[in-house]
Amino acid sequence: MLLIKNGRVLDPSSNTDASLDILVDGSRISKIGASLSTSNAELFDASGMIVAPGFIDLHCHLREPGQELSETIETGTRAAARGGFTAVCTMPNTQPVNDNASVTRGIVERAASAGAVRVWPIGAASVGSKGEALAEIAAMKDAGIVAVSDDGKPVATARLMRQVMDYCRALNLPVIDHCEDPSLFAGGVMREGPRSLRLGLKGIPSQSESICVGRDVEVAMLTSARLHIAHMSTRASLEYVRLAKKQGLSVTCEVTPHHFTLIDEDVRYDSHYKMNPPLASREDRAALIEGLADGSVDAIATDHAPHHPSSKDVEFDRAPFGITGFETALALGLSELVHAGKISLKRLVELFTTGPARVLGIERKIAADEPADLTIFSPDHAWTFRAADSPSKSRNTPFDGRAFRGAPMATIVAGRIVYRR
Amino acid sequence: MLQRLQHLLGIEDLTREQVSFILDQAKPFQEFHRHPLKKLATLRGKTVALAFFENSTRTRISFATAAARLGADTMNLQAESSSLKKGESLLDTLWTLEAMRPDGIVIRHSSSGAPEFVAQRLGIPVVNAGDGTHEHPTQALLDALTIRDRKGKLEGLRVAILGDILHSRVARSNIHLLSKFGAQITLCGPAMWVPRELESLAPNVRRVSRIEEALDGAEVIIVLRVQTERLHEPALAAEEYILQFQLTSERLRVATPDAMVLHPGPMNRGLEIDPSVADGPQSCVLEQVTNGLAIRMALLYHLVGGAASDTAPSPGTTGKE
Repeated sequence: MLLIKNGRVLDPSSNTDASLDILVDGSRISKIGASLSTSNAELFDASGMIVAPGFIDLHCHLREPGQELSETIETGTRAAARGGFTAVCTMPNTQPVNDNASVTRGIVERAASAGAVRVWPIGAASVGSKGEALAEIAAMKDAGIVAVSDDGKPVATARLMRQVMDYCRALNLPVIDHCEDPSLFAGGVMREGPRSLRLGLKGIPSQSESICVGRDVEVAMLTSARLHIAHMSTRASLEYVRLAKKQGLSVTCEVTPHHFTLIDEDVRYDSHYKMNPPLASREDRAALIEGLADGSVDAIATDHAPHHPSSKDVEFDRAPFGITGFETALALGLSELVHAGKISLKRLVELFTTGPARVLGIERKIAADEPADLTIFSPDHAWTFRAADSPSKSRNTPFDGRAFRGAPMATIVAGRIVYRR
Repeated sequence: MLQRLQHLLGIEDLTREQVSFILDQAKPFQEFHRHPLKKLATLRGKTVALAFFENSTRTRISFATAAARLGADTMNLQAESSSLKKGESLLDTLWTLEAMRPDGIVIRHSSSGAPEFVAQRLGIPVVNAGDGTHEHPTQALLDALTIRDRKGKLEGLRVAILGDILHSRVARSNIHLLSKFGAQITLCGPAMWVPRELESLAPNVRRVSRIEEALDGAEVIIVLRVQTERLHEPALAAEEYILQFQLTSERLRVATPDAMVLHPGPMNRGLEIDPSVADGPQSCVLEQVTNGLAIRMALLYHLVGGAASDTAPSPGTTGKE
């Protein structure tokens, strides 16, 4: 038994914000109340800390199977635990691609034996994510996938998207799309604008993303399926999502911490500033923060994309896209959004818990008999992120050495403390 | 106070004084080329690595000749013969070069930012000989020297730059340099190659769509090379380019009578420039080549020789702070 005492319990699902104790028995929550006491429980003193439902990351790359030099399910989930995440959704662009039930089962089994936190696989929408034939989506669902996506690239055509959405509507699975128009993307390496022009780096116009979001929203209107826009980075994309929500469609979206923190003007000849979608304009960032505040954005997702140093320590235009993100996500949310006065603490917790849960069609709450998945964090703890200390196999982050106010203090999965600061 | 240069990575971060200093340093080397014996001992015992990851004939020969005339030895690495073809990373190639202890490195690379990448990792002076579509600082310096010689000044000149500005490192370096001296810069070329963001690259930069408008009253005209491969993505017919944007002697008449015509070379005669202009009295292309040598000698002298040897960089330290 585990007794979490003196914490401020913040649960958006029930609008709870009170000083309460939580008693955990085995893998589930057994009791919630003021001044609980018991003689035989391990005690966790959460004084000055927030106790929230377990954080969910809708978007990460654990690189297993096939790219274990960059990350494994074990190392990635340990980094996730340090970031306060109790469950992470891993994208299917592994080697082989997670496009059939046997790969899905392999991930589920590996996560059960080596994962520090829960791993919820996302299956490919098309075979090999090649954009041609539909993947074995129903079989993968039986094996444990929670959504489908061809992440790393967009679902290739509107026609294929229509088929995937129709099929997934029947299975009640969300379709997650990485939105970009390949012909506009055209080998670009950062957002097109004054900065790309100055650096002589090939630009990607923001419309590369929003054209595809517009297409997907149209297809969602056609099919009434659940559509989720991954790592949304522009104002125009957000407008399409708002339009869809207004029309009552099941369209949701996520924003990454790097997109609400950095902008294209921050880009230097340093591949740690190279990600896809690229860092957007100042105006786009302001729009994303507005969307995070007003509820148009449903979740913060990391797009944790580890790459081995030897692949990142190259010329900017030759480096792969992506940065790690688990361990800095909450701290960036606190620093850039809450402490900066853009959103409330409760809203931030929503974006990491009930928001992503709703995208997946599940519940996330602190209540008796619920699984004891809890994230305990301090909104004020001062610390400095050191990439070298990360359990991740990769170090590709622009936030190495950044000082933060606010940090995860403990991560509890199924009643077990999997990380403690 | 004049900030001593450690590297030459681009023009953008130089001050006007630093630019003038380099141009002044080049003066004696211009004179020197008229001597019958063109060899100095200034850099005797020094080695300059010429790392041309992208093919180049003119710039490579210019740097090699500059180094030779200063008495330096050179180490050559060329794209065709380099281990890059065998998949070696830039970093590994650099460590290999550094192990042979060069005193400076001249780098040309198809990736924008590659010279900065090198400067952050090697403890020796780095000279950018052209990186991707970013900068080609020695070209801008030799152009400035050529202009200053003929016009007697750089301040406040009316300059037209013609062609594919978007993909031109020569244009970027020239815009940065001339703008520091208060030039009024007019850009002109096919619209998709002259994006509006160029106007925020430096002060006093504007775009016009008609070449006659760009040339009107111009004192300096910089014609960029049309990279013929670009004509095909997206497709633009060469005939269309010639009709709309070729610098002809007729069009040149709207410029000032003594307007200078510069071209970084190699020229596509009959494409971006009419042969009568290329070979005419206003053309400065051969002066540009000679001045290129003087600029590169001045830079190598300044960066590799001279005071730089007082503080010999130790391996592993970063030259850029």
